[in-house]
Amino acid sequence: MSEFKIHHRDADNISIIDLKGYLDAHTAPDLEGAFQKLLDEKKYNIIVNCRELSYISSAGLGVFMAYVEDIRKNSGDIKLTNMPPKIFNVFDLLGFPFLYEIYKEEGEALSKFKETKNKIKD
Amino acid sequence: MFAYPQISKTFLSRTEQLEDVRTFVAEAARQFGFADEGISNIILAVDEACTNIIKHAYQNAPDKEIEIRIVREKKTFEVRIFDQGKSFDPALLRNPDLKEFLAHHRRGGLGVYLMKKLVDDVEYHFVPGHTNEVRLKKYLPGL
Repeated sequence: MSEFKIHHRDADNISIIDLKGYLDAHTAPDLEGAFQKLLDEKKYNIIVNCRELSYISSAGLGVFMAYVEDIRKNSGDIKLTNMPPKIFNVFDLLGFPFLYEIYKEEGEALSKFKETKNKIKD
Repeated sequence: MFAYPQISKTFLSRTEQLEDVRTFVAEAARQFGFADEGISNIILAVDEACTNIIKHAYQNAPDKEIEIRIVREKKTFEVRIFDQGKSFDPALLRNPDLKEFLAHHRRGGLGVYLMKKLVDDVEYHFVPGHTNEVRLKKYLPGL
């Protein structure tokens, strides 16, 4: 059985999702559930940390596509971080770097969210 | 001349079988001489083909069969995937315009696009009302 785990944590009103293992057509519904839960809780600033993600297929990529629009409509975003090269290659093949902000480190994505929040305040 | 024996295995049309499918193909690809990157590309292409079969050809019916046959010849590694479900829409064979595709946030069809990017050749063979076959070909580097 493909192992796939999602761990959720919060940092300064930003939701961070850690993905671990294999994200394929079998496990993609788990990620859908996690995004849906965040939307239900009106949490729209989301970082997905891919450090421990071993595999992704288009079923997994499709989940990001399905939710990003709703999240951005609510002035939020999904930012992706810490992608192993193998995972980045798949995102890259589908042109996702044009659609999503992808950062090497989680801290960069956190700063970006904070900058946006400050701009709104100003 | 040395000829590789054909390897074949049948899987049930369920997404939980995808991991076994990947393991089966990865082992054969490694034995044939592919390095990690080549293996990753092959198994992702096979995963995409099988996911399409499960979702579209069999429309999530869990007890249908998917046969995977591996044909190896000189420097060519070919994975042939057979199902008896609804035939694939050949219109999807067109190269999608990726920008337009992403602009509309379309989810379906990503797999077909990926398959073409990951292996050297993708072929579809249909026997209407009987068998669908996808052939994914990858050449060993250094030819």
